[in-house]
Amino acid sequence: MFRNNYDNDSVTFSPQGRIFQVEYAAEAVKQGSVVVGIASKTHAVLVAIKRNAEELSSYQKKLFPIDEHVGIAIAGLTSDARVLSNFMKQQCLGHRLTYGRNMPVRTLVDMIGSKAQINTQHYGKRPYGVGLLVAGVDETGPHLFEFQPSGMTEEMVAFAIGARSQMARTYLEKNLESFAACGREELIRHGLRALKESLVQDRELTVDNTSVGVTGTATAKDGSTSVEPFQVFDQQDVAAWIESVADDKEAGAGEGEAAAAAEGEGMEVDP
Amino acid sequence: MDHRPQAWGRPRDDVYGAYDASYLHTNGPKTATQSPIVTGTSVIALKFKDGVVMAADNLASYGSLARFTDVKRLRPFLSTSVVGFGGDVSDMQFLDRHLTELAIDEAYEHDNTSSSSETPATAGQLNAANLHKYLSKLMYRRRNSFDPLWNQILVAGFDSSSTPFLASVDLRGTTFTSPSLASGFGAMLAQPIMRRHAATEEDAAKLTRDEAVAIVRECMKVLFYRDARSLDKYSIAVVTRDGVELSEEEQLEKQSWAFAERIRGYGTQTV
Amino acid sequence: MAAMFSQNPLMNGPNYSVNDAPRATAPEGARQHRFDPYTDNGGSTLAIAGAEFTVMAGDTRLTSGYSINSRHHPKLFKIGGTTADQKDATIVLSVVGFAADGEALKERLDTICKMYRYRHGKPMSVKACAQRLSTILYQKRFFPYYAYAILGGLDEEGKGAVYSYDPVGSYEREQCRAGGAAASLIMPFLDNQVNFKNQYVPNSGEGHALQERERRPLSRSEVEVLVKDAFDGAVERHIEVGDGLQIMVITKEGVEEVLLPLKKD
Repeated sequence: MFRNNYDNDSVTFSPQGRIFQVEYAAEAVKQGSVVVGIASKTHAVLVAIKRNAEELSSYQKKLFPIDEHVGIAIAGLTSDARVLSNFMKQQCLGHRLTYGRNMPVRTLVDMIGSKAQINTQHYGKRPYGVGLLVAGVDETGPHLFEFQPSGMTEEMVAFAIGARSQMARTYLEKNLESFAACGREELIRHGLRALKESLVQDRELTVDNTSVGVTGTATAKDGSTSVEPFQVFDQQDVAAWIESVADDKEAGAGEGEAAAAAEGEGMEVDP
Repeated sequence: MDHRPQAWGRPRDDVYGAYDASYLHTNGPKTATQSPIVTGTSVIALKFKDGVVMAADNLASYGSLARFTDVKRLRPFLSTSVVGFGGDVSDMQFLDRHLTELAIDEAYEHDNTSSSSETPATAGQLNAANLHKYLSKLMYRRRNSFDPLWNQILVAGFDSSSTPFLASVDLRGTTFTSPSLASGFGAMLAQPIMRRHAATEEDAAKLTRDEAVAIVRECMKVLFYRDARSLDKYSIAVVTRDGVELSEEEQLEKQSWAFAERIRGYGTQTV
Repeated sequence: MAAMFSQNPLMNGPNYSVNDAPRATAPEGARQHRFDPYTDNGGSTLAIAGAEFTVMAGDTRLTSGYSINSRHHPKLFKIGGTTADQKDATIVLSVVGFAADGEALKERLDTICKMYRYRHGKPMSVKACAQRLSTILYQKRFFPYYAYAILGGLDEEGKGAVYSYDPVGSYEREQCRAGGAAASLIMPFLDNQVNFKNQYVPNSGEGHALQERERRPLSRSEVEVLVKDAFDGAVERHIEVGDGLQIMVITKEGVEEVLLPLKKD
């Protein structure tokens, strides 16, 4: 029987130059339900499909606020995500206390990147079994980052991770050009449409299984900008968005709607 | 023969005197600045319509001795802020090195040179308000460990909403802001003059750059007249949204010592 | 035995340096100067609890000695909001004494409230926050925060709540409290005007037969007038009080903030 001798720990390379434990951790990410993130010039959104283990159980949370300007979406082991989430929360609070500002998103992502990398180079440690999409706003605008168990981090315009996320990514690639100019509402709808691409045949978006997280820059009438705090929407709060991307409306949802949304850009809309 | 083994090989007290073993005590009381040694006198600063002007003379005194006459006590930070130091000069130089390091880290972390032209080169970097917060935490931590940095520091620049910022922090970590600030003797001599022109933020927002510079130069003259630990050579810095203009070779002009003749009441006088 | 007291080393036999103690400590006549980590930055605060509101107030002068460092340095801070601008905060902390300690105390409490919200998904109650503040202060019992804190908010029943503290964490819930430089000037005034101390029903008798005036909760407008009068009085008689009066009124709608002028002399 075939036995892999190079996957007992995360410090040994295989002769092909691979570190199997890290690759297995990346597989754990693919086990998690799909999450999508998109960033425009004014907003960064995260949308996620929540799973329930059985009919009787509750749905596992997928989106977590980190600080007022950052939130994450997770795919993989929720408990590992909680460790990272707590760490990020602490770092953001600490940064706010010492510098009195929102922690730059890249700085934050680099920190968890370095933290996760350590687990891939020390004997007896295990890589995090979770992938993250980090959405946040700082002084340089909205950002979206991908984080992988290997410690790899990368800034993205739009991305999806988790089970069947390839279909969502295909949708995102197709609409890539339009994201930058999108307003808040249109960006969320793009996210939900990408999410729908990844659904199994007989499943659909419901208020129970869909989560939406938004942050962005809000422009006041006098031209000054402020941060729209990262907020997670669940249940009835996402009903209108789900309705707006229902199958029958999909055909009509095109450029016209995008233009309408662009006009209301930066407006704070609480559904 | 001395039969105490611990005495063997030791120099005899009656020949060499008692042995001073104090240098062996590495775990003795920790040393900390208990008083400043080489000191700089006042730093003064005044806000105006689109920035802040700050000044300090170039003297470092050793008690009442004018010890070093070419010490620069204003330093720019990231070309967006200015920091002015009063108090101990060695502690100032320590902070100066520390700030240089911080600025380098910050410039690496937020390198916008390759990004699009709409983001300014300094976007996302620490502004004056962030820097002041950081310095106040540093000073407060040092006071908590009874090892203070013996300075009063003024920080000038802009805050996150791009309005002029001016604040102070001292060796105990006490912080405050005001349209005009002065440390040391300047609090008695320069502050009343500056407050006459800018009592409130609104008044300061009406001052032009030239007016503000003229007021600060006038204050430097008064300080040279009445502060015995001062010098007629000084540095002046003007922070605007365009950056920092620092001149370190200013000379007090149009002095008039005629008033000195009229002073009566100190020491021996013939008439 | 006599040899012990003899000045002649030969009588004791030769001495050797087996003692590791340093030879001399400080030179003759040298004084040890120690850094004093505390100062008093003056100012005064005040809080009054009403039936369904709490009024907190503090002047905005920051002094050091006879110098006025700043004419606008707030002593009242909203605590425990979701964001840094504290838009949705429902608790107010006032600190007076050593400003740097006050600032540190406020940030500590606010961070704890933020972590509480993160862990429990709900804001901290005033009661819990008050207890926690006491612990924070007492943890630094042997290097205290030199700050007189007052915490204000609404309790679980919606009634005004004021908690006052000494620098090492002793605390109690009260109807009203003044803190800081002019506390001794303002507090007797509040005793009389809020708790009706030394007020008796006219013609109700003499000596022990005198009947105390019945206490009733004050209305918001009455309290606001009291606060202004208290500070106008304090400004006249205390040099460390003045410049501006910051008032925060906590109601079930949230926290309203106003800034009134005080004498700047």
